[in-house]
Amino acid sequence: MTGGDEVTGGAGVSGGDGVTGDGVRGDGVTGRTEETGRLHRAGSDVQGRTEEAGMTTGLKTAVADNPPAAPPTAGSVPVPRRNWRSALRTWSPLLVLLVLAVLPYSTVSVPGVFDGPLNGPGTLQLLAICLVFGGLAAGYDLLFGRTGMLSFGHALYFAAGVYGTDILVTKAGLPLWQAALLTLVGGTTLAALLGAVALRTAGIAFAMVTLAFAQVGAILVARDFGGLTGGEEGLSLDVSGLPAMLVGVGNTVNLYWLALAYLALVVFVVHRVAGSPTGRVLAGLRDDERRIGVLGLDPYRFKLLAFTLAGGLATAGGAIYCLLVGGASPHVTSSELTLSLLVMVVLGGPGTRWGPVLGGVLYMYLDHRLTAFGTSSAVESLPGVLSGPLSQPLFVLGTVFILAVYFFPGGLTSLSTRLTPFRRLRTDRSS
Amino acid sequence: MSTIVLLTLTGLGLAALYFLVASGLSLVFGLADVLNFAHGLFLSVGAYATWWAAGNLPGAGPSGFGFVLAVAFGVAAGAVVGMAVELVMIRPLYSRTIEQVLVTVGLSLAGVALLQATWGADPRPFPRPDWTQRVTPVLGAKVPNSGILLILAAVLVLAALLGFLRYTRYGLVIRAGVENREMVTALGIDVRKAFTLVFAIGGAAAALAGALGGVYFGSVSPSQGGSLLIFAFIVVVIGGMGSVVGSAYAAVAVGLLQQFVNYYGTSGAGDICVVALLAIVLLLRPQGIAGRAATT
Amino acid sequence: MSETPILTVADLSVRIAGLHILQGVSFTVAPSGVTVLLGRNGVGKTTTLRAILGLTPRGGEVRGTVRLGDRSLAGEPTHRLVRDGLGYVPEDRCVFAGLTVTENLRLAERRGGVPAYDRVFELFPELKRRGRQRAGSLSGGQQQMLAIGRVLLNDNRLLLVDEPTKGLAPKVVTEVAEVLERVAVAVPVLLVEQNLAVVRRLADDAVVLAAGRVAWSGAADELLREAELTRSLLGVGVAGEPHAPAATAGVSQPVPAESAPVDREVSAG
Repeated sequence: MTGGDEVTGGAGVSGGDGVTGDGVRGDGVTGRTEETGRLHRAGSDVQGRTEEAGMTTGLKTAVADNPPAAPPTAGSVPVPRRNWRSALRTWSPLLVLLVLAVLPYSTVSVPGVFDGPLNGPGTLQLLAICLVFGGLAAGYDLLFGRTGMLSFGHALYFAAGVYGTDILVTKAGLPLWQAALLTLVGGTTLAALLGAVALRTAGIAFAMVTLAFAQVGAILVARDFGGLTGGEEGLSLDVSGLPAMLVGVGNTVNLYWLALAYLALVVFVVHRVAGSPTGRVLAGLRDDERRIGVLGLDPYRFKLLAFTLAGGLATAGGAIYCLLVGGASPHVTSSELTLSLLVMVVLGGPGTRWGPVLGGVLYMYLDHRLTAFGTSSAVESLPGVLSGPLSQPLFVLGTVFILAVYFFPGGLTSLSTRLTPFRRLRTDRSS
Repeated sequence: MSTIVLLTLTGLGLAALYFLVASGLSLVFGLADVLNFAHGLFLSVGAYATWWAAGNLPGAGPSGFGFVLAVAFGVAAGAVVGMAVELVMIRPLYSRTIEQVLVTVGLSLAGVALLQATWGADPRPFPRPDWTQRVTPVLGAKVPNSGILLILAAVLVLAALLGFLRYTRYGLVIRAGVENREMVTALGIDVRKAFTLVFAIGGAAAALAGALGGVYFGSVSPSQGGSLLIFAFIVVVIGGMGSVVGSAYAAVAVGLLQQFVNYYGTSGAGDICVVALLAIVLLLRPQGIAGRAATT
Repeated sequence: MSETPILTVADLSVRIAGLHILQGVSFTVAPSGVTVLLGRNGVGKTTTLRAILGLTPRGGEVRGTVRLGDRSLAGEPTHRLVRDGLGYVPEDRCVFAGLTVTENLRLAERRGGVPAYDRVFELFPELKRRGRQRAGSLSGGQQQMLAIGRVLLNDNRLLLVDEPTKGLAPKVVTEVAEVLERVAVAVPVLLVEQNLAVVRRLADDAVVLAAGRVAWSGAADELLREAELTRSLLGVGVAGEPHAPAATAGVSQPVPAESAPVDREVSAG
């Protein structure tokens, strides 16, 4: 299966961020501090870079703001191999994107993994939902994994996107593009305003405040103020005014492409930000906020920037999700949604390039498929003690999540990092 | 007048529920720095254990002494679960705050799902003695007895907790630990024992809230704990993390505010006012009403 | 030193958040008298004491061996070390401000022992009088007395005392020094101290840290006799130096060892 290779490629890239995918143990911390140290020395000293230069990605060096690249002599890696590997790293994401983009043309059936052929509307919708949540998780990681902000209210901005689009189209009768644009502006503004208040606090208090703000959103939606949200029932999208190409089961493929585009956009934006000087300040904030203060930078402004950006990205995801599922339901406002985002990011690997995406895609896939799995005959035949819990996706995911926190603190991507020594061994032998 | 009395007493009943959940949450947070998302699960465990005991435990039942026994069983179950969570899940992650939060998040998701798998997602009628379903006239208002029961229980728990914190060795350790955990260790005290104890106490108080909340609402469902938890969090933040007395004040403020605004304003406006109160308190006094001390 | 040391620190390295605070510190503490740990601010004196006690913050990396008598302390939890007789008087006192004086003392009673209240109240009669007062409302000097008193409730094999005179009025500094002098008759003390007058009065042995390493160790009067040596190691003048600059909290980058004797003129005296 090619998926495995992509995963390892991604992990190699993420290692280049100086985040070994492991925010927990000593070595991960070290990697991060090296990055901060670099910042500390204001670019005049490139010593800290040499070690990681071999892992710097093509994309990352392409970022113009980067300090001068390390001397080419850095590391003991022979030049040809590095070229080959860096080429792989540059191109493999594009390759994956290409594969995903042409996937709807395939009529292959993968029994057990999906019901029906790959280009069936059911499968495409499931895939599209997975992609949206992959993007959502990547956006959330901008806060959690890359800046170290534990927000429990991210669902609010996603819900703003879902309900904003829905209400503006269905109740106000705006054309879709206007509705989406207004929603995006509104959601981003909301994130900026609430972030400005919430960021007066830090740490656990920040988590609680964001949770409380999101709760207000949930209450507003559930109580159906002004008859806008449809309360517990939700609000289905009025499709009469939408472009024809986005309506109907036969056009699911267009929504799928839209979701894919969203994911690509989020990954691009997050990575662009992470590689920029701003991104290095954010990483510095995550590691030790005081040092950023010492540098004369205002942590508040950078955190607000990250919060607003992540909020805007989530709003955009919400708008696409609204089209995808054809409406809004109150569960998108629940704190549980934020908690699942957290689970996705941690399962995938916080602060890594592909970890959160992978976590989001896998989580949503499992969430949907485990329901089917739970009612399958294999599980039904188990004794009640087992079949009951196994039929609950959240039980399985919650348990996996807990185990991941203990045993794979860097998430899925750390697994491949752990395998790196073996890989190196293999290549050494072959050369 | 009778409306105001009624609203005040039902608001206090709500406050009692919040206090029972928040006091444990606050102590756990103050002492061990653990933001315990699984605390709502403790509440649900208490409710379900009481419900189960009333139907199945010999001697226990829906009325009289049998009911007391059922509630005692529920409270014990909450304490045991709280203790087990600390020993098995929190302790291995000692002082790794974020991971501890993550684990409790996972536990709250998995635990609620487990309850659902076992007893279904739909609310179940809760066993309750007849007298709790009647009302008592207070100054012309007909106040539900279950609300009064909640208030009395919360007052008792508050008094017991304060007594425990003031007059026992472990209480002393907890109060000192809330101030400076590391220094407690440096005096030769195994502060982790106090963690376990605080989780047990918190679990028991939350379980009591679950049992009496079941009586109050008349039913029990797996997600009940989660929805109460958010307001309990708010109470903890407003009251000052780690402060039992602060939690009590904040619970009363939140309960009354919610009840009155929801009655006189639109339904749901009270909840929003509570969040607004939280925002105001945090902006004016980030450490909460009481600051960081267990009994002030 | 011919006697067997009470504490042996060998090749102790501490890395916190990627900074090498200590880089292979080795020294011993004699079984009697006062050993003073000296060095400029941010050189890792407090880090050393805390590493001995197992109080290095999370994410910090500690290597090397620490032995109390003939027992290795590595990996032991702090509370057990303290119960085994390692008394700690931390920097900035760290009394429990919300607890009364009596409660602060009661908290320090160790399991299994008989708390020596007589000893404490004889040294600090003030603590007995103020038993019901909140520790947070005591003066700095009184808080320091409480911090020392609560450790002396128990029998210790070694006391680790971190800057007991920091931020105190000169008269109180003398009082604290007197107390420590009396205490040191019975228990060996490893003392971190910036005040050279106090050092001169108390120290039997001295260990000087610079750039995360031991730069000098030996008898204290030998160090203090050599004005030039003291100046280069500690960056302070010896004559009539009343009090070194107050230590700043937090970690700072250790100065590379080669450039250690940077001259810094001290205006005092």
